[in-house]
Amino acid sequence: MKKFINQHPGRAFKLLLGIAPFVLLILLYVMGSDARLEVNPNDKLLPSMSQIADGLERMAFEPSKRSGEYLFWQDTASSLTRLGLGILIAAMLGLLIGLVTGALPMIAASLSPLLTVVSLIPPLAILPILFIVFGLGELSKVVLIALGITPFIARDIQRRTQEIPFEQLVKAQSLGANTSQIMIRVLLPQIMPKLFDAVRLSLGAGWLFLIAAEAVAATDGLGYRIFLVRRYMAMDVILPYVAWITILAFLIDVTLRKLTNKLFPWYVQGGKS
Amino acid sequence: MSETDQDSTPMIQVNQVWKQYDDNIVLERLNKTVDEGEFVTLVGASGCGKSTFLNMLLGTEQPSKGEILLDGKPIPNEAGSDRGIVFQQYSVFPHMTVLENVMATCGFQRPGITGYLFGSGRSAAREAAESILEQVGLSQALKKYPHELSGGMRQRLALAQALLGKPRILLLDESFGALDPGIRSDMHDLVLNLWSEHKLTVFMVTHDLKEGFYLGTRLWVFDKLRHDPQAPQRYGAVITYDLPVGHMDQTTYQQIDDHLRPIPAQAG
Repeated sequence: MKKFINQHPGRAFKLLLGIAPFVLLILLYVMGSDARLEVNPNDKLLPSMSQIADGLERMAFEPSKRSGEYLFWQDTASSLTRLGLGILIAAMLGLLIGLVTGALPMIAASLSPLLTVVSLIPPLAILPILFIVFGLGELSKVVLIALGITPFIARDIQRRTQEIPFEQLVKAQSLGANTSQIMIRVLLPQIMPKLFDAVRLSLGAGWLFLIAAEAVAATDGLGYRIFLVRRYMAMDVILPYVAWITILAFLIDVTLRKLTNKLFPWYVQGGKS
Repeated sequence: MSETDQDSTPMIQVNQVWKQYDDNIVLERLNKTVDEGEFVTLVGASGCGKSTFLNMLLGTEQPSKGEILLDGKPIPNEAGSDRGIVFQQYSVFPHMTVLENVMATCGFQRPGITGYLFGSGRSAAREAAESILEQVGLSQALKKYPHELSGGMRQRLALAQALLGKPRILLLDESFGALDPGIRSDMHDLVLNLWSEHKLTVFMVTHDLKEGFYLGTRLWVFDKLRHDPQAPQRYGAVITYDLPVGHMDQTTYQQIDDHLRPIPAQAG
């Protein structure tokens, strides 16, 4: 018998081990839900699977009685637009700040301390300021997401830029390269896959800021809906919404990872050579 | 060398160069001249400052005292296109294919913000890159990324890249130290060919004394002459031997070899 630390599951067994916890959780939920509904058929806390399906059907496939829109899809579109815009702005700003401070010590000397301090400000604490300054519309939500994750991305990119071997910079100079050529041809392309990684890592925070902003002031969006129906304890809507957000987050993560592999073939097995 | 005019200034003059980090003296009292076209091999125990000396030629480090002159002017204090370099590792750009790595040299050679080439400049660069890659024997690997190459091929690529920059001086910092012996001797032949073909002045750092003995025209041995057991950092290394290669007898070789790699003391 091998030591436990040396034992690896086979292919099929690994899949089974991976799925088992999900099955177990769903099973536990169904049992709990059945037990509660048996005692009180009007119980709202743990709706049955069919109630959840009804709730989802009502939100996703029947037009709303008030506005005539399919709320589920409208919420999804609004939330993804806000998240996408916020992340895009944060990625571009973070890349720019990170690259410049990582590559140019003169700029870093002036921007790095500021960046460190700004990154320590809790973004949610300044949400009210954003609402006051940018109003209750789309802008303040996008700004919250962008503001919340830009410092993280910028600092990550700064560190990654500094990690690129000094030898490469010297080599480029010995071939005649000037500062901007080194930044654009040597540093930027090597930083791009790291940017994708940084974005993937910051998506969790992005969702957090999105839902927080929507919970406080919005007229649609996944977070808005969850906090709205909470008033009626509509767990049959909240649960599928939470599941949907999870699925979306998972899909975005997978897409970014696949995109990284496709766009930067040299990075995957990436030696630093 | 003897071919050069007696009255012209030597290409490189090292005048009373010292190098120290805080109290740690690495090199002291270096005085040398090197003429254009020489091939100098630098050997010495690890930590004796031979790479530090190379970095001073490269411009990434400066002497603490004294000066190094290139054509009678102080050597620039940053890397530049007159001095090519091949490091032991990290010498090529991992995000470019073999061909792109070499073509990048042409982009860096012209003034510009991005260093990207377009149109006729690009096709000229491509031709130049392909021909130099042919010279180093990498024609079969144009589309490969560096991580797909063997260590020897990667160093060939780094050489090709450096040569296309048309440097006057080529610096090799233990460039072949990590390679297998067979591949290393191939690389030596390649370097010797390129040296005579491109009329380069070469400085090569190596930890392998044998390399120094059949490569190039001149061998420098770095070693500490004075040693204070109480304060080992008190004295730096000097160049203890400056020998023309090919004129060395077995005793001298043995003497240097013993000095660099002291065998644990034995009786007799």
